[in-house]
Amino acid sequence: MNALRKYSEVYGMFLRNSLIRDMSFKANFLLWIATELLWFFGQLLFLEVIFYYTDEMGGWSKWQIVLLIGTHQTIAQTFQALFYMNLMNLPELVRTGKLDTFLLLPIDSQFAVSSRQLGLDNVVTAIVGLAIVAFSAVKLGLHPGPLTLILYGVGVILGVGVHYAVMFVLASLSFWIVRAQGLMHGYYSLVSLSRYPENIYRGLFGFFFTWVIPVILVANVPARLLTWPLESPVPGMARLAVATLLALGASRLVWRAALRRYGSASS
Amino acid sequence: MKYRQLFALGIQNTLVYRWNFLLRSFFGLVPTAGAIYVWNALYHARGGESVAGYSYAQMVTYLVSMLVAESLATPVEDEWEIAADIREGRLSAFLLRPIDYPTYRLILFPSARLVYTAVTIWPIVLLVAIMWQDLVLPTGGLGMWCVAAVSLIMAGLIQFFISFALATLAFWFLEISTLVFIFFSFEYFLSGRLFPLDIMSPAFREISALLPFQYEMYFPVAILLGRLEGAPLVQGLCIQTAWVIVGWLTTRLMWSRGLSRYQAVGG
Repeated sequence: MNALRKYSEVYGMFLRNSLIRDMSFKANFLLWIATELLWFFGQLLFLEVIFYYTDEMGGWSKWQIVLLIGTHQTIAQTFQALFYMNLMNLPELVRTGKLDTFLLLPIDSQFAVSSRQLGLDNVVTAIVGLAIVAFSAVKLGLHPGPLTLILYGVGVILGVGVHYAVMFVLASLSFWIVRAQGLMHGYYSLVSLSRYPENIYRGLFGFFFTWVIPVILVANVPARLLTWPLESPVPGMARLAVATLLALGASRLVWRAALRRYGSASS
Repeated sequence: MKYRQLFALGIQNTLVYRWNFLLRSFFGLVPTAGAIYVWNALYHARGGESVAGYSYAQMVTYLVSMLVAESLATPVEDEWEIAADIREGRLSAFLLRPIDYPTYRLILFPSARLVYTAVTIWPIVLLVAIMWQDLVLPTGGLGMWCVAAVSLIMAGLIQFFISFALATLAFWFLEISTLVFIFFSFEYFLSGRLFPLDIMSPAFREISALLPFQYEMYFPVAILLGRLEGAPLVQGLCIQTAWVIVGWLTTRLMWSRGLSRYQAVGG
């Protein structure tokens, strides 16, 4: 309990600092929101092109996929609000040796490097994503009950966990590979898969990105709770929960190995 | 002579990052593979009927050709490196040498592209081998390949000039990444990376024919795949040439303006 209080106090401080920083660069803050929204609406535009030529894809209608893309946006932006900037910075910390400061702090080092800065512009774009989800739910005439909404929330949080694990492992590559900063854009490539219905992916590719790097599950599982209300939520949620725990566990193992390498390189 | 040595230097610099490039190109394949599944689902829903004159095989060929064109003609991190040189004052060292900095970058660009492609072509070869039965070879003769190659070189030049011009914004602004990303998002959707532009409405295509974006990627690939012939081809090549010249002039102008500011500040 004490540990929990300590961590939430530290986190409160991180939040306060981020708020002050964002508000002192207002123009930049607004430009980032504009950039994110531009990408998001670009994706919806592509969907418009696709659905000019068809009425369904993998059994999903246009508004069902809009709901899926909105869910993806919500998860991705929540992840980016909480962790993105910190993980982007990690290769630089490793290169310059500034990581040492973080290792000396009396809190968990993975927590410290992951959550020092919050991106408040992403909070705004996450809310836009959620609004798109609500809008497509209305378009589809869905009436989810409270239990479904709670499960949806849990699904989104688990999805954030998968995003975190993927990006964390990419960032940790910087302990082994020169200039890993550019590699981290691979995050966008990997998670882009979760914008489309799970069942369009087949073969080894589909298997790999469902079970090994579970990015396909991420938005699909929560979106399905809303779009197919008659299905049992248990199998999907169980898969996502297991996948998230495994992914987070893997990120922990990678961090340990990375610190061992860091320790031996600097001595 | 000295510029030939620079070319060799560029090759050496780039080779250091071969692991980085290999991983990057694997990540780069993921969205294309995802897009192939999306189109596959779409053609499936249409019962195999073609989309705006593209059969499924032609669509896959388009997407794979786009990967190769991107590897050869799209700058990787050039804008960030140039911006960092300006921001961190490393430019001063260049100004003392008998080397013209923009020319220096212009020579580094193709050497970096060639080495990059020598690494990234292998994952693409793997993709081609897997997708072999779904690909159609370009039917145009040697002449078409030559025209496409010339157009690809011009495409690379346009992309390079845009990157360089964006990077020179660092003379005036501390933080240019939002501006660069906003430009990227237009580039991403309007250059044809996501889908061939000739599946869009005539009005869209008329506007797009005047903007620089389609000449950065789509145009050379469309030539290679035989989508353009006769008058539209000649007209397109003229507009592309015009954009190369405009790009070069803009870069020169921004550079000299920025440099005078840099020297005034550096005093």
